[in-house]
Amino acid sequence: MTRVVVDVMLKPEILDPQGQAILGALGRLGRSGVASVRQGKHFEIELDGEADPAALAQVEELAANFLSNPVIEDFIVTVGAS
Amino acid sequence: MTVSVGVVTFPGSLDDRDALRAIAAAGAEPISLWHKDPSLHGVDAVVLPGGFSYGDYLRCGAIARFSPVMDLIIAGARDGLPVLGICNGFQVLCEAHLLPGALMRNARLHFTCVDQALSIENAETAWTNGYAQGSRVVIPIKNGEGRFVASSSTLDQLEAEGRVVARYVGASAPHTSPARANPNGSMRDIAGITNERGNVVGLMPHPEHAIDPLTGPSSDGLTFFTSIVKALIAA
Repeated sequence: MTRVVVDVMLKPEILDPQGQAILGALGRLGRSGVASVRQGKHFEIELDGEADPAALAQVEELAANFLSNPVIEDFIVTVGAS
Repeated sequence: MTVSVGVVTFPGSLDDRDALRAIAAAGAEPISLWHKDPSLHGVDAVVLPGGFSYGDYLRCGAIARFSPVMDLIIAGARDGLPVLGICNGFQVLCEAHLLPGALMRNARLHFTCVDQALSIENAETAWTNGYAQGSRVVIPIKNGEGRFVASSSTLDQLEAEGRVVARYVGASAPHTSPARANPNGSMRDIAGITNERGNVVGLMPHPEHAIDPLTGPSSDGLTFFTSIVKALIAA
């Protein structure tokens, strides 16, 4: 089995109120030095076989059309990471 | 002539019963559709109701959009089938790319439940033809992810083409506090939009909860349902 990771993040120009709330909580926890927090999604996908070009193309398609919404989100596919 | 309007029940739909009731109150025959239905049972129009289809997992509406019945609704909508998506239904329509933009977590993160004043900005769609252009109505909203976003070019295009159906113009009832003109941070105060053809409308507020003063803040919402009956009879 091969692990493929898809990370989905809001586009930079999209307001992320959850990230803002986390940033606000950091301030209340007395943590300084954090300028910004953005919250995203992390998908760990186990393939049955190898992460060959055909399998990766399928994951890319899945990431583009289902795991992310192209109107508001960008995604990155990484092989082998966790 | 009797027209029939279907209401889809997805796992997690909440407002399908109220939508069916509103359709009956408007004089049409309400038909329950199931998310796995392989047929639309000959309905003349479809309502996608509010709720939390598939638990709002992944993104609101993202999983419901791939239901078997949605294949038929997407194809039908492209051929002119009138479709009204309310709240979660609006989210499904955006995920299905029948409407542009997306609906995101509310600014300030509050789940907002208020009787909301709206202005009807397009009284020519299949679902709004019974309103006077610019009329002010009071219809409840109840959402956690109702903030409409789209690129500025898409927003400009929606406005230039008159495709903003409704805008937020303030909370109305005395118990709603704080009164916010825009309850969720939606870009340009947009509460509802339509497609180019005017047969598909997405709306964050819930007109099916405002059809009778006994149970809602007004009966202003009933006109969405009488509008579609009028449009179908005229067609």
